[in-house]
Amino acid sequence: MADALVVITLVLVAVSATAAVAVRDPVRQALVLSLLGLTLAALFTVLQAPDVALSQIAVGTALTPLLITLAVRKVRRRPHERARGPRGRSE
Amino acid sequence: MSRRLRGWVLALGLGGLGALLVAACLDLPDFGGERHPYGDRAVRAALSRHTANVVSSVNFDLRAFDTLGEESILFGAVLGTVVLLRQTRDERQVEPAPARVSPSVRRYALIALPLTLVVGLYVVAHGQLSPGGGFQGGVVAATALHLLYIAVDYRALRRIRPVHLYAVVDAAGEAAFVVVGAAALLGGSAFLANTLLPYGEFNTLASGGTVPLLNAAIGMEVAAAVVVLLAGFLDQAVEIEDGPSAGRPTTGTRE
Repeated sequence: MADALVVITLVLVAVSATAAVAVRDPVRQALVLSLLGLTLAALFTVLQAPDVALSQIAVGTALTPLLITLAVRKVRRRPHERARGPRGRSE
Repeated sequence: MSRRLRGWVLALGLGGLGALLVAACLDLPDFGGERHPYGDRAVRAALSRHTANVVSSVNFDLRAFDTLGEESILFGAVLGTVVLLRQTRDERQVEPAPARVSPSVRRYALIALPLTLVVGLYVVAHGQLSPGGGFQGGVVAATALHLLYIAVDYRALRRIRPVHLYAVVDAAGEAAFVVVGAAALLGGSAFLANTLLPYGEFNTLASGGTVPLLNAAIGMEVAAAVVVLLAGFLDQAVEIEDGPSAGRPTTGTRE
């Protein structure tokens, strides 16, 4: 039973990691990366490493995708948005 | 070096690395086996020092010096980000406009904010007892504050987040770890050795000697580091634009 769980979560990790590479748009990539972080956290929990799973959720699922989307927003804003003025938040 | 020769060198390197990796993997203990020599010793050491969470015992007692290194890596990374993402002379700061937030998003974020903050602080405080600790809880607490950006807008977040204060807390957390480590030296033992405080009663908040102290130092450092890191990125994404500061002298903190 435990082995089946390990195999299932490993497959999920492999699938979402492949998807993260295959997706080309950085914003979507950040979302897939967030999903990958979640599957990795599940894998760590199944392997009885809840400490690592918590770090993975906090950093891999929340922080890294947020930093990527903020960086993308900064890069995209540069050429064409100056006329429209800044908005208070990202959409 | 010709292209052909380079290809051969690469193939040799990759082949050698692959062979060594396979040889090393064949020598590993079986997956999920019965014998865990390092685990047994770590559990024994953690129990002898009354630390219920063995992982925290490894992080803040047996391998506290490694944790100091990791903490310093984060500290250095945030320092580098602050320097790289500062407002340069050919950029100007613009005031972000207030944004409209849909009521359901606002309600959710405002309910989630205090809950997430408490969860983060709980995970930090119970690092020596249950899974989690200063690093995990620190990141959770820091991200909780940013729910205010989702619930209201950037100006509201900025009001509760004086970045320079968090930068000081970041440095204080880093320093506290070293100070606790050096205090052990004064007590006549090795740097970061867990000999300073009584080990306390097993499975209570005050157990584990210096483990809760080092754990709290890491929690402070990580929470403040994440806030400063995200502040650098958010400033760049929301406030700072290209173009000289025409008629708008940047009296901001980061010229």
